[in-house]
Amino acid sequence: MTLMNPLVRPVITDDDGRSEDEKLVTFEARVAAGEKIEPTDWMPDRYRQQLIRMVQNHGNSEIVGALPEREWIPHAPTFKRKLALTAKVQDEVGHAQLLYRVVETLGKPREVIIEELLNGTAKYSNVFNYPPETWADVGIIAWLIDAAAIIRQMLLREGSYGPYSRALKRICYEESFHLKHGHDICVTLATGTQFQRDMLQDALNRWWNPIVGFFGPPDRASVHTDELMRWRVKLKTNDAIRQQFFDQYVPRIWELGLSIPDPELRKDDESGRWLYTEPDWEEFKRVIKGHGPCNAERIAVRRLAHEEGEWVRRALAAAANDQAVPVQ
Amino acid sequence: MSDHTQDAATIDLLFRLADDELMMGHRNAEWTGVGPVLEEDIAFSSMAQDELGHAFAYYTVLHEHLGQDNPDTLAFRREAADFRNARLTALPRSDWAAAVMRQFLYDAAEQVRLEHYSSHPFAPLAQLARKFRGEEKYHLMHGKSWVMRLGSATEDSRARLQAALEALWPHALGLFEPGQGGEDAGASEAALCAGWLAQVCPLLVSSSLQVPAERTAKGQWQSRVAAVYGRYAEPAPERVALLDAMQKVYRLDPNADW
Repeated sequence: MTLMNPLVRPVITDDDGRSEDEKLVTFEARVAAGEKIEPTDWMPDRYRQQLIRMVQNHGNSEIVGALPEREWIPHAPTFKRKLALTAKVQDEVGHAQLLYRVVETLGKPREVIIEELLNGTAKYSNVFNYPPETWADVGIIAWLIDAAAIIRQMLLREGSYGPYSRALKRICYEESFHLKHGHDICVTLATGTQFQRDMLQDALNRWWNPIVGFFGPPDRASVHTDELMRWRVKLKTNDAIRQQFFDQYVPRIWELGLSIPDPELRKDDESGRWLYTEPDWEEFKRVIKGHGPCNAERIAVRRLAHEEGEWVRRALAAAANDQAVPVQ
Repeated sequence: MSDHTQDAATIDLLFRLADDELMMGHRNAEWTGVGPVLEEDIAFSSMAQDELGHAFAYYTVLHEHLGQDNPDTLAFRREAADFRNARLTALPRSDWAAAVMRQFLYDAAEQVRLEHYSSHPFAPLAQLARKFRGEEKYHLMHGKSWVMRLGSATEDSRARLQAALEALWPHALGLFEPGQGGEDAGASEAALCAGWLAQVCPLLVSSSLQVPAERTAKGQWQSRVAAVYGRYAEPAPERVALLDAMQKVYRLDPNADW
């Protein structure tokens, strides 16, 4: 049975008695040559811990990110929207499953991952701590947050850890449909009635800052960046990814006749960089620490689902034991 | 029977099929994101999408062949009193045992029904029935395996499943409420119900559950409990609540494109 995979930490097959320093040299040379590191390969502990933290955060973001959108499945206003939104949220849950498997290859089982999400020790993307207030929010989330996620994940796909890189291939492919679904909702509202256009502008006004913050704090505040870049755990800095997002999406947002709620936002001709108002990073930290508008609710919903499912998982485990009859 | 009466019966039948699928799809999608294990979350979402897709196809036949409105208007703009779903399909989401049991009882009914409608004289229905039969087969396998597993896993899971069976049984029988558009040319509801009982009762019994039905001298299963009908009655509160939620955005401006 694969449901509750009790994970044994993968056995390192190239543990050949060389010193840690020598192994590190080989490891870094392989990464530099563009090779993928696999679960049974030796890896520096900091690499392993950083990947666990990152992929676990990504998996958690998928499962928690499913929550604001699932609230709107019952209200999706046409067959096409209802089907696309259900499929999208289903994909997010599937991504969480896939990513938790990747974390398991690094030595942390699903039960622990879920426990750490529920007790607040593990984090997820901050952007999901804001409430989706109207149907237009569903469009903005699926279009712009998924776009932001795709830009980041397309880069991470080129990272050095094999299982994560392969999971991201599938995830990026599926996310591209989400983005189309979101863009389609936004175009429909932008070209609809005055009421619909206002609804969309209002959604953008509320989501813009969380989206700019999605890429994380500016580089000057980020620790360990050099090492992570050398190990290809990180591929570009937060600021560089944020700039790429502005480049690709600001013109598309303007194309829909929407205005972006940042009077400073413009591309500087000389440097080729976007100038913008920094989000309030203190506020950002406060929300990450659990004090955003929806942190408590998101975790409460997950905890409730977990507790209500407890008897089911116990029953599954009992049924599995029952079936494990030795072959005569 | 005149063509006109025949049409009325077919329209009524298609609304029953479509509305049941729409409500099941809506309720099953409520598990998306909060299932007891990730894998089941995903399975219920898949079934929900199939059901919504089937509802859409039935409404499309009503629209293209039988002069009714387009599918979105039928689903998102119709009044509660005009829906024809059985109460089983709109009951609010409760625990996982109820979700699994409802799915099993409903899909078994679907299988019996689609089998009959595969040779229905109304060709567009026969065509859909043949197509959907294949998909519903997997839903039924899924439901069966859960009933069998939970029925024999722990005392707690068996008790929960038994409670769900007892609560849902009269509503499941209500799936076979006689149509008001006249008896359908495909098969009588009573015959379909007998076929359904023959399907579900043995499996429930072999899953250590007490079935609210008994075998007659002729070896046929007969329910000991009366059916709860609700397709044509004053709309039940769960149907009204479901439609309030489902039609909320569309009704902000029914003339807008969404």
